[in-house]
Amino acid sequence: MIKQLLPGFRMVLVLTVLTGLLYPGVVTGLAQILFKHQANGSLITRNGKVIGSEIIGQNFTKPEYFHPRPSAAGSDGYDASASSGSNFGPTSQKLIDRTKASVAQLRAENPSFKPELPSDIATASASGLDPHISPASAAVQMERVAQARGVTREQVSRLTRRFTEGRDLGFLGEPRVNVLRLNLALDERFPISR
Amino acid sequence: MPSSIHERETATTTPRQVRLGDPTELLPKKLAHARPLFDPEILRRAIRDSFVKLNPVTLMKNPVIFVVEAGAALTTFFLVRDIAVGAGNIGFQIQIALWLWFTVLFANFAEAMAEARGKAQADTLRKTKTDSIAKRIIVGDRFERVSASQLRAGDIVVCEAGDLIPGDGEVVEGIATVDESVITGESAPVIRESGGDRSAVTGGTKVLSDNIRIKITSNPGETFIDRMIALVEGAERQKTPNEIALNILIAGLTLVFLLAVVTLQPFAHYSVSAAGSGSVPTIAVLVSLLVCLIPTTIGGLLSAIGIAGMDRVMQHNVLAMSGKAVEASGDVNTLLLDKTGTITIGNRQAVEFIPVNEVTQEELADAAQLSSLADETPEGRSVVVLAKEKYGLRGREVASHEAHFIPFSAYTRMSGVDLDGRQLRKGASESIAAFVREQGGQVPDELTETAERISRQGGTPLAVADAHRALGVIHLKDVVKGGMKDRLGHLRAMGIRTVMITGDNPLTAAAIASEAGVDDFLAQASPADKLNYIKKEQAAGRLVAMTGDGTNDAPALAQADVGLAMNTGTMAAKEAGNMVDLDSNPTKLIEVVAIGKQLLITRGALTTFSIANDVAKYFAIIPAMFMATYPALDALNIMGLHTPQSAVLSAVIFNALIIIALVPLALRGVRYRPESAASLLRRNLLIYGLGGIIVPFPGIWIIDQIVHALGLA
Amino acid sequence: MTPNGILQIVSFFLLILALAKPMGAYMTRVFNGQRTFLHVLLRPLERLCYALTGVREDVEQRWTQYTASMLSFSLFSFVFVYGIQRLQAFLPFNPMGFSSGHAPGNATAMTPDLAFNTAVSFVTNTNWQSYGGETTLSYFVQMVALTVQNFASAAVGVAIAVALIRGFARQQANAIGNFWVDLVRGTVYVFLPISLLIALFFASQGAIQNLNSYTVATTVEGKQQVIAQGPVASQEAIKMLGTNGGGFFNANSAHPFENPTPLTNLVQMVAIFLIPAGLTYTFGKTVGDTRQGWAIFAAMSVLFLAGAFTLYYFEQSGNPNLQKLGIESMASASQPGGNMEGKEVRFGIAATSLFGTVTTDASCGAVIGMHDSFTPIGGLVPLFNMEVGEVIFGGTGAGLYGMLLFAILGVFIAGLMVGRTPEYIGKKIEGKEVKMAMIALLATSAAVLLFAGISSVITFPKDAYWNGSYGAATGNLNNGGPHGFGEILYAYSSGAANNGSAFAGINANTPWYNLTIGLAMLIGRFLIIIPMLAVAGHLASKKRVPVTSGTLPTHGPLFVGLLVGTVVIVGALTFFPALSLSPIVEHFLMNQGRLF
Repeated sequence: MIKQLLPGFRMVLVLTVLTGLLYPGVVTGLAQILFKHQANGSLITRNGKVIGSEIIGQNFTKPEYFHPRPSAAGSDGYDASASSGSNFGPTSQKLIDRTKASVAQLRAENPSFKPELPSDIATASASGLDPHISPASAAVQMERVAQARGVTREQVSRLTRRFTEGRDLGFLGEPRVNVLRLNLALDERFPISR
Repeated sequence: MPSSIHERETATTTPRQVRLGDPTELLPKKLAHARPLFDPEILRRAIRDSFVKLNPVTLMKNPVIFVVEAGAALTTFFLVRDIAVGAGNIGFQIQIALWLWFTVLFANFAEAMAEARGKAQADTLRKTKTDSIAKRIIVGDRFERVSASQLRAGDIVVCEAGDLIPGDGEVVEGIATVDESVITGESAPVIRESGGDRSAVTGGTKVLSDNIRIKITSNPGETFIDRMIALVEGAERQKTPNEIALNILIAGLTLVFLLAVVTLQPFAHYSVSAAGSGSVPTIAVLVSLLVCLIPTTIGGLLSAIGIAGMDRVMQHNVLAMSGKAVEASGDVNTLLLDKTGTITIGNRQAVEFIPVNEVTQEELADAAQLSSLADETPEGRSVVVLAKEKYGLRGREVASHEAHFIPFSAYTRMSGVDLDGRQLRKGASESIAAFVREQGGQVPDELTETAERISRQGGTPLAVADAHRALGVIHLKDVVKGGMKDRLGHLRAMGIRTVMITGDNPLTAAAIASEAGVDDFLAQASPADKLNYIKKEQAAGRLVAMTGDGTNDAPALAQADVGLAMNTGTMAAKEAGNMVDLDSNPTKLIEVVAIGKQLLITRGALTTFSIANDVAKYFAIIPAMFMATYPALDALNIMGLHTPQSAVLSAVIFNALIIIALVPLALRGVRYRPESAASLLRRNLLIYGLGGIIVPFPGIWIIDQIVHALGLA
Repeated sequence: MTPNGILQIVSFFLLILALAKPMGAYMTRVFNGQRTFLHVLLRPLERLCYALTGVREDVEQRWTQYTASMLSFSLFSFVFVYGIQRLQAFLPFNPMGFSSGHAPGNATAMTPDLAFNTAVSFVTNTNWQSYGGETTLSYFVQMVALTVQNFASAAVGVAIAVALIRGFARQQANAIGNFWVDLVRGTVYVFLPISLLIALFFASQGAIQNLNSYTVATTVEGKQQVIAQGPVASQEAIKMLGTNGGGFFNANSAHPFENPTPLTNLVQMVAIFLIPAGLTYTFGKTVGDTRQGWAIFAAMSVLFLAGAFTLYYFEQSGNPNLQKLGIESMASASQPGGNMEGKEVRFGIAATSLFGTVTTDASCGAVIGMHDSFTPIGGLVPLFNMEVGEVIFGGTGAGLYGMLLFAILGVFIAGLMVGRTPEYIGKKIEGKEVKMAMIALLATSAAVLLFAGISSVITFPKDAYWNGSYGAATGNLNNGGPHGFGEILYAYSSGAANNGSAFAGINANTPWYNLTIGLAMLIGRFLIIIPMLAVAGHLASKKRVPVTSGTLPTHGPLFVGLLVGTVVIVGALTFFPALSLSPIVEHFLMNQGRLF
């Protein structure tokens, strides 16, 4: 065993340099050259200020915007420095209470929507930073958004369709709507004068 | 014919004929002198021993059953405490405690049953060990009478008709017929004579005729019968490697289940407080779960299976020196079978008369028959029989004629008769040719050619001549035993290679090998060849079994993984092998292999069954345990057991009864047919694996119905 | 279940099926020291590693030396990881100043017990995380301590598997290979090149790779959002390929920066199974009968598909308690239906169920959905996968040697039923092998059950060292009722199985949990590796028994069934009581509408 100690020590050092410094260094270098935008967080800037990341969800509460899913990241949700799910189990009283509140709020905010709610809109995502909602969840909110912006539901719907991503390669994952990008497009196409 | 003496001997000393009924039935029907499975005397002894075995010190060797006993004791302790303080459900606890003790007793009973059979057998043997008086030679013909127990190795004794042979030894002078029924169970006497391979005698056997001098080879207490008693009694029983491995497995599983049950207590504690109802399971219920889960079935039956395996070998009149040998025989990859007596019936038979020149068949047959009339060898008799059957020539009374018989001698290598002026001779073709020339005759080329042709076909030519006139050739042929090809085929299906050992030349050997269907043969085999062949096979990872009887077989017998020595053989051979066939029937090797396999299969089957049983027991006990805490778990009560208590009790009762129910199977061994491993596994997995999962469901359900109907819980 | 969901699961499986052989054949060559197409580039690197460490490539080791080398390497790995974590305040690449005075307000302190737990966790290839990455660790720790162990612990696992394979393949041999050589070859030829490719692919899809400090964004609605950054893609690639699973971020692969698209998600899952699946082929190839490898592959596949579809079925069926609130559970073209609590929209139900199965079949432990929020039976599948010892493809190397352990047990029990001393791959399975297999089985079961048992009932004084303000060990739970017990059971199952995923509601960052889960991880790693190496050494010294029709065939459907049965029955029998008090009873309670 004693004889094995020295090679053990040396091997840890060698592998540390190889896989802990060289490898991430090479990946960082290549990524910064090849995929600079993505490698730095797919950030969106407006007027020289970062307003978020294309692929990180952020909260929206105003009626003229599509709202994302409930978030358990950070104390107020959508804390991109503290990703987290709710970790409520299926028989959790807290899960039912929170969902009940979300459902009530959704019904209140979108009174014209009567059918059952899509499964994603009142449930918290895994990361707390889910940038997407399902197309059905967007549909729930269209009437409200259109009203707030003084446009027709059809106009909002058309724009939403443009921002609906299909399944990757036609079968992977789920169809989805990127809330931030859709809301930015809304502001661009149907700006509200303040 | 260098082996002719040997052949004759095998023929005369193999009283029990080979049973070759249904070739798929490798295990012959129960032997006449085997005891019934549940002999009342054995049963009584076993029941008594079951209680003796409750002693925890001895039970410690069996970890599974020891845990059951500890659990039973614990339950009893809490029962007594609860009676004292007047708490708990006393009626239920009493029943659980009782059934747990029964479980231990049943397991003990299984082992005791297996042992009792051996002990009963040992008692029978011991009766033969009455201390006889020996006539020890002092000098020349003078002897003194001493007690047999005073004999030491090296002493010479004399035995006459009616004497019991006082100890194991070798005949150094004389020839006698001996009754060896005490060890072989066979009443027909056998011949024992000095020199050669049938000089060994066993203490306790009886001289029937003539007298012999015997050199004693073993000291008192170390004789063959002593060893036999020790073996059947199981006094020297050591666990076999396989049994040890299995013990590790079930001990490990016992620990795993112990963990699962012990930790259930805190889990239940959490659940009770989380659900806000019910209570933590009692000790009686936890112990019940533990006992149901640990592999009590195989734990209780494991040693019984091993002992019963030895016993089964014994019932086939084979004495295995260790359980390891029996187990190894199941593992055998290569069987070395002596051609003579094993594959072929012990002797050659005349099958054809081939005349030369103008001689007619009838003339040759007549001459051959006359020349053989005094030939008492099986070959000689077969010539007489063939002539009679094929040409209607009846054996004639030759005494009225001037007949002078010429016996076989190693020098002339022929025999015959001088009759009415004729000089009829038969013998090896070269000898006859020389004889003919000597008498002034010509030897036709046809004779030599025919003889060579017969040799090439694997036969033995015997030339026949009348003085200067060569008459023709008798074709003697080795006759493969009926059904042998099928049996060897079954061995092949089991993945066992058969190798025929013969002193014949390669041509002859090849012919017989292909006729019998062996996989390989070893021709002109010397003892050294055998030994090397075994070593070569073993180097390739194969296990080898062989039979042997001669002193020169001893090294090979010792080298082989399974060496089955013939009881008629020399002491050296018997010492070298790890099994002795008291019937001296070399074909028995095949049966021994089957028994070894059956032993292993029985262990595997009951282990699988035992583990598979647990599934149902969970479904009985777990919902019962937590009915008050989580009534929703009633969904798992798929058997619809009446109450939590009846569910637990039924599972425990089932667990105990299944041990008793499987005792006959453990003692008898599971059904075994020679077939490929794949189909064996498929069938046994279905019966003992799937069956083991399914059977307890109706079993526990029925017991629950009874328990409920009787109002026991 | 939807046709599209079934298609996702089946096509993933077919992809693994297609990749197993080329990957396995490549690894066979690598570990035999034969040339591959990468030797031109990487052979000098391999040699450099030997030169720097003084390892002699041509000297082989007995199993005891092999074990000593492995232990020595693991010991120093532990010391390094522990030390670097504790010293992160003084080390570079710590833009957020973790463990220093100017750490963010939500930062987690790097206590000795947390550093111990994390070091053990990464050295044992478990990657259980009592911390959230973005609130606790500097980039230096993530790269130099954790990424290194992602490579090293995975390569150790493969080395052990390769040594065991040699044990079966060799006869009458003393040595089972050289640990250092196997370690270096695995790292240099297998893990590094593939990780590099995957990392760049991830970066192209949106996984981040930088050393910037966290970005402060002002959201559209004018709120402040701090966006965590870091060298994620490089760590993410080896995290999956090495079945490590320790996320850069708290949300692990659910985080969009770790796993931005369904396509990267597919690559992540493929990366998890790639090496374990390939090793089954390596096994068959090396022992000289590829059917033996495929049989193992088939048994793993049966268990995998059964688990994936079970999990998927229950997740897609959803939670009736949510349905009562007016939430749709049927999937449609525009929404995923089912139980979306703790799942990401881009992945939906099917991909999350598949990932949940894959990550716990293997000892990965990465998650794209919160297992804690799965339906009861949906949560039972990962729990059971771990409790059977992660042998369904399993961890890199660990899956194969774990499955071979079950093969030894299964062959021993059922093999007797063919009437011979059981043999596997021509090696007799005897007392020693059975003993070692039982030690491994017993140790891991004990680690799960005993620690879970203690944690179910133990209480500490409030605010005492051991469990802080939680008091009782059950105070750390995020859920009540059977699900709360499930969190405890899951934690120790995950630790002992070296998985690392969690019913993450449990707040395990207290000395009590950090220490006990750490011990469970050590037991689950080394009390399997050492017995298996002993088996390797013992097998190598044995002769190979020639195969005959009397030999138990271990390459057909019968054996596959036997192996599957052994895994399921041994696992079920050991853990059924515990499971019946957590997910099983919870399933019935959920349907009755009982809440806790």
